[in-house]
Amino acid sequence: MTAPLLSVRDLTTAFRTPEGWREVVKGVSFNVAPGETVAIVGESGSGKSVTSMSIMRLLDPVNARIGGAVTLEGRDLLSLPEEDMRHIRGKDIAMIFQEPMTSLNPAYTVGRQIGEVLRHHDGAGRAEARAATAALMERVRIPNAAARLDDYPHQFSGGMRQRVMIAMALAARPKLLIADEPTTALDVTIQGEILELLKELQEESGMGMLFITHDMGVVAEIADRTVVMYRGDCVETGTTRKIFSRGDHPYTRALLAAMPRIGSMAGEAWPLRFDRVDTATGSIEPQGPVADTVDRSATPVLSVKNLVTRFNVGSDLFGRSTGAVHAVENVSFDLHQGETLSLVGESGCGKSTTGRSILRLIEATSGDIQLDGFDVRALGPGDLMRMRRTAQMIFQDPYSSLNPRMTVGQTVAEPMIRHRLAGRGEARRRAAALLERVGLSPAMLDRYPHEFSGGQRQRVAIARVLGLNPKVIVADESVSALDVSIKAQVVNLLMDLQEERKIAFLFISHDMAVVERISHRVAVMYLGEIVEIGPRAAVFGAPQHPYTKRLLEAVPVPDPARRHHRLTVAPEELKSPVRPRGFTPPPRHYREAAAGHLVMETH
Amino acid sequence: MSVAAEGLAPRARSRAWGKFRRSPAALVGLAIVGFFGLLALAAPLLPIADPLATSWTAIRQAPSAAHWLGTDELGRDILSRMVWGARASLAAGVVSVAIALATGVPIGLLAGYFGGFTDMAISRFTDALLAMPFLITAIALAAFLGPSLMNAMIAIGLSAMPIFIRLTRGQVMAVKKEDYIEGARAIGLGHVAIMTRYVLPNIVPPLIVQATLTVATSIIAEASLSFLGLGQQAPAPSWGSMLNVAKNFLSQAPWMALWPGLAIFFVVMGFNILGDGLRDALDPREH
Repeated sequence: MTAPLLSVRDLTTAFRTPEGWREVVKGVSFNVAPGETVAIVGESGSGKSVTSMSIMRLLDPVNARIGGAVTLEGRDLLSLPEEDMRHIRGKDIAMIFQEPMTSLNPAYTVGRQIGEVLRHHDGAGRAEARAATAALMERVRIPNAAARLDDYPHQFSGGMRQRVMIAMALAARPKLLIADEPTTALDVTIQGEILELLKELQEESGMGMLFITHDMGVVAEIADRTVVMYRGDCVETGTTRKIFSRGDHPYTRALLAAMPRIGSMAGEAWPLRFDRVDTATGSIEPQGPVADTVDRSATPVLSVKNLVTRFNVGSDLFGRSTGAVHAVENVSFDLHQGETLSLVGESGCGKSTTGRSILRLIEATSGDIQLDGFDVRALGPGDLMRMRRTAQMIFQDPYSSLNPRMTVGQTVAEPMIRHRLAGRGEARRRAAALLERVGLSPAMLDRYPHEFSGGQRQRVAIARVLGLNPKVIVADESVSALDVSIKAQVVNLLMDLQEERKIAFLFISHDMAVVERISHRVAVMYLGEIVEIGPRAAVFGAPQHPYTKRLLEAVPVPDPARRHHRLTVAPEELKSPVRPRGFTPPPRHYREAAAGHLVMETH
Repeated sequence: MSVAAEGLAPRARSRAWGKFRRSPAALVGLAIVGFFGLLALAAPLLPIADPLATSWTAIRQAPSAAHWLGTDELGRDILSRMVWGARASLAAGVVSVAIALATGVPIGLLAGYFGGFTDMAISRFTDALLAMPFLITAIALAAFLGPSLMNAMIAIGLSAMPIFIRLTRGQVMAVKKEDYIEGARAIGLGHVAIMTRYVLPNIVPPLIVQATLTVATSIIAEASLSFLGLGQQAPAPSWGSMLNVAKNFLSQAPWMALWPGLAIFFVVMGFNILGDGLRDALDPREH
């Protein structure tokens, strides 16, 4: 065994709070050898990010206290003067972060930003730095690198920006790279490409890598060894293979059990609830499938025909738009009472715009939407109001979907009062009952949203729309922001409600594993169009369209034995749905691969 | 179930008051503002000299037992002028800001909420107003309305309005991106309900801070106007006009400038601390 590059011993980090020092990292120890990848995995609040910030000494020394020992090639980082530490950051240890959208300076070209690192650490001259920058951008596989040196960050897509960040991190040839959720904000196919790139770069340079993530699938994909953290404690350390095959700690087993696995639904006829997992004991209690809730003989509760939504962009000399974003292009589908149809696809594919157009939160350009007898696009104000009682929406971000200035009671009661379904007193009583139904306590009525966790807030948002007794709920990435165990619980709640009230869900998500679990049918969207739609078992079991196949392949599998074969496809910039003015979309034809399984013909 | 049929708002209000009461800083602010406010209200009842009575034998006297704060260039008692002047100055500060808030916030709300042509029209108008210096606008408006304290307050309020339009507009545009606004539309709430219940409460903190700062600017603006004969009409006192006269006698009678200067300083500080306290008390997220 080679000497470790980074050695962390009994790392303890405490933050100052009004009640005194609170430990958020409690005695964490691990090593990273040169050329090795160690993953720290845990849910939000587990202390994984604080661990990396402590190693880099990026925490405010007044409000944070770091104890234990951190050594890099034998040098004790915790006792180093700040001046010396500054040389270590960026030079010996580099870091990449989650948000490629905000971690680059929008005012400078990417060439200049990468070049600055080179000139700072190597003292390279201007021309020298420029050549080296181009080489670096080539190394992180940015297509046409030399020509893009003078482009600004906004001219790059999210995945390309993350490559720029990686190029910056590699500029000083660090010995250790700390990657804090570097792929979390990226689409799944882009995530696959970035993980691939990191592995290759590591092989080339032999640097050590500390990889922080909440995603067990990513861990299985990339890490040699894994540190599992739970509420500040390191509960388990071991080789990734061992952690996945026979984790010792109940929490590790719970985390793995709660993780939805793509492909696990083969042979299941109906949507299946997630197992109930106890994180304390690690005991797993399987939950039953959702009973058949769909009545296909009845008229669909929602029927969308040839929906088109475009947004004009740009303007020429005469103020006319120069083009349009074809966000939704000729989308058609039916949704039956008690059915879950998932709209899947990557960011910018138009799935959210589809959901919003159906609820008239965005005005569609053309098409026909029949929702429980309402001709949605032709509704006057009064009928629109009645329509809103039938169709409701749950949003993605539990931190921005509730009004912070209204109590939970007000929030849940408001729709019922607005629609005159109940007076104030009655609405409040019903709100209490609804909170109970979604697994919260009626005693929480007078609390404000900030006192709740993300999962609880999402339950409040669900209770709010339930008050109207809607027939259709559009759930826009409603569980994407939640931790795995919480995600499983909220998905189970949605399934319970479907069984109980025959609600039809339009479930918009990029998370293929959750979609597989919850859906009756699945529609795959790409650049505003549905490329494939059909029963869940058909789309997941026998995908037909190349894009569907690519999407399914890219999903990381939480099984280190099934690590992906190297992708050979060159990274591509995502095609844009912006079209010039007067553009007529080509006619599309669908073929029926099986009963109800439609696939767009490719040319 | 024991939950009463009472409305939900009163609870939120009593919670805010409870939090306000527990903040020592906010109480100090309230005490300072309250002290000056009471002084102004009680002016006719206090055993002090006539603020307008001149005395040629007691010109520019330093503070003494007879005149606790000294006398001014016409031999008037500064203490009593300070007390009576508090009325004009506090009114100038509070009423002007109230006018600026009452006009600026709704206009900014409309601009930020509806966007498009409404926003463009309002924003161009605001830009034009902001291009004119605050004081010049106030002087021009006051001259147009005619010299009186009330007109001065209206003039100052309208001159301060564009700042509130712009601040409100910007804040509304930020809040409008939040999912809860779209959620409110999805449950069928109308524009008025969304603006008053969802947007306005969430933009209050920066407005309070700006308002307390503008109180200070307004007190000083009133001083400038009264110096030009457009604000408080001489010989009636206001702190601003006292300060303006006093600057001619800084070396001979520094106390003439000291007292109104200190009073303005404390009132402004009082409003600032009070504003901070209010902001925290009204925010359910703060503890």
